[in-house]
Amino acid sequence: MSERKIKLQIKDMTKKYDNGDGVEHINLDIYEGEIVTFLGPSGCGKTTILRTIGGFLDVTSGDIMIDGKSIIGLPPEKRPTAMVFQSYNLWPHMTIYENLAFGLKLRKTPKATIEKDIKDILELVSMPGCEKKYPSQLSGGQQQRIAIARSLLLKPSLLLLDEPFSALDAKIRQQMREELKKIQHDLGITVIFVTHDQEEAMSLSHRIVVMNKGKFEQVGTPTEIYDHPATRHVASFIGEMNFLKAADDKTIAVRPEDITVTEGSDGSYTGVVRTIMVLGHYVVVNVQHGDDIVKCYVDRELSERLHIGDPVSMQIGKHNVF
Amino acid sequence: MFKMLNPKRFYHAVGKKKFLEFLLFAAFILFFYGPMLNMLMLAFANEYQAPAILPQEWGFKWWEYVFSQDSLVSSIVQSFIVAIITTIVSMILCIPAAYSIARFKYRGRKLFMLSFLLTNAFPKLGIYTSIAVLFYKYNLMGTYTGVIIIHMINSMMFMVWLPASAFRSVHRQQEEAARDVGAGPVRTFFKVTLPMAVPGIAVATLYTFLGSMEEAQGTMLVGMAKVQTMPVAMYGIVLDSSAVQIGAVFAILLIIPSAVLIFAMRKYIGPDAIAGGFKMK
Repeated sequence: MSERKIKLQIKDMTKKYDNGDGVEHINLDIYEGEIVTFLGPSGCGKTTILRTIGGFLDVTSGDIMIDGKSIIGLPPEKRPTAMVFQSYNLWPHMTIYENLAFGLKLRKTPKATIEKDIKDILELVSMPGCEKKYPSQLSGGQQQRIAIARSLLLKPSLLLLDEPFSALDAKIRQQMREELKKIQHDLGITVIFVTHDQEEAMSLSHRIVVMNKGKFEQVGTPTEIYDHPATRHVASFIGEMNFLKAADDKTIAVRPEDITVTEGSDGSYTGVVRTIMVLGHYVVVNVQHGDDIVKCYVDRELSERLHIGDPVSMQIGKHNVF
Repeated sequence: MFKMLNPKRFYHAVGKKKFLEFLLFAAFILFFYGPMLNMLMLAFANEYQAPAILPQEWGFKWWEYVFSQDSLVSSIVQSFIVAIITTIVSMILCIPAAYSIARFKYRGRKLFMLSFLLTNAFPKLGIYTSIAVLFYKYNLMGTYTGVIIIHMINSMMFMVWLPASAFRSVHRQQEEAARDVGAGPVRTFFKVTLPMAVPGIAVATLYTFLGSMEEAQGTMLVGMAKVQTMPVAMYGIVLDSSAVQIGAVFAILLIIPSAVLIFAMRKYIGPDAIAGGFKMK
């Protein structure tokens, strides 16, 4: 990806609601074929940005461009975007076939083409042969697949996904992520994904935009964000993180896997074992260090020698200072 | 087999609770269907004297009589004309109002909704009398227009409230999804929103039609004997006690459209539909 084409450009975009909430001065370029995730707690403005791109919200100021053309004046039906919502995507009075064909019929696609496209897309989302069913006969996960299929059928320039898997069970969610990633790779489409689930963002995205209170906190690849969080909020929001008090009012942020625990109390950071939890191939040991509780990952072999109340010392590896 | 019809056996076979429930149910059926059976019997009785249980002579004499009387036949026709126009006009007026209540937030929305309740909260006769004063001024007394307006006042509450809750049960995402795949606002309304609200609208329409069919008080006052619907004609018949059979025939004629409509819409009628149901997970 040396010559990367910009698919979507958000330029100094501001959207303010009447109550003063909203997002301000948003600037972002999204490249063709990328999955970019907006990640943040609820109410941080991530859905607001997505809805301004989809055309469901007007912008207060600034511009949004797709393939170099401004789209802010267009209603949703005229935009080259397709959106999948958290739930209630499908129309319950129509069969799956009718749901999928609705947009194609509006585009005056010939019937034979519609039938073939629908057959192919159902194959792609691994739900062949469900054309005659009604949405209520499908599970939540299946309904979301159909909703994604309906968006893909229209060959959108940009696919917008608004927490599409958050209403699903953990196991199905995992499976849907993998499928989405595969479909995106096969079709090479550009995807914007909104979620509050950091694990989902990490596993899906090429780039993550971490948001808080209507502002971008950090934009970067999952590894950049995990290894070098720009702010304390990003550090605490993504993955597990320990915050240790250091000199000069500074805080050391260190991940549990970057702490090496040894027996005895002769290291620079010492503490007492508080709890030991076996989570399969590794063990979580919480160590009381002064007023802080420090979470460490320890291998099974060492954990068998540790007991609650034992003194231990911790060696801090990779870390960030805030 | 017949042994089971012995009450004592029956009592012990089903238990005390079931037996009492059965008795209560039987009494209810008798109270509910008794008068109706009596009416059915009267409608097909050529001759009937009070103390007898069954009519002295069965037949269709009174049906022939009703259909041979021009004024009675015309009352049937007028009833249908009024009911159909009332239903169509209130649909045209109330469905957009219902949609606006369900979808848009504006000042006075609650008050607007409650205003429909007001017409049903006051004593009807008082409202009719004050309306009559206005109607005299605008020459609406004794006209179809006047009667239809009266019928619509009665049905508006149902016609606005039920469709409004039906529209509210259509999720915004479902409308937005239609916009997203390329439908404009008008097409979205007719292809997505309206079809999903149809059950609620159907129930409201049914109420409006049946309500109009049986409205007598206001029609009598405003119609001034020029517009004479079936219920109004019935008043005249009931007062003339010499032929109770005509009343019975009329009652059956009035029941037929209700029964047909309720049967046709049985899928939609029920506590759920009336509460604005038709929800999807």
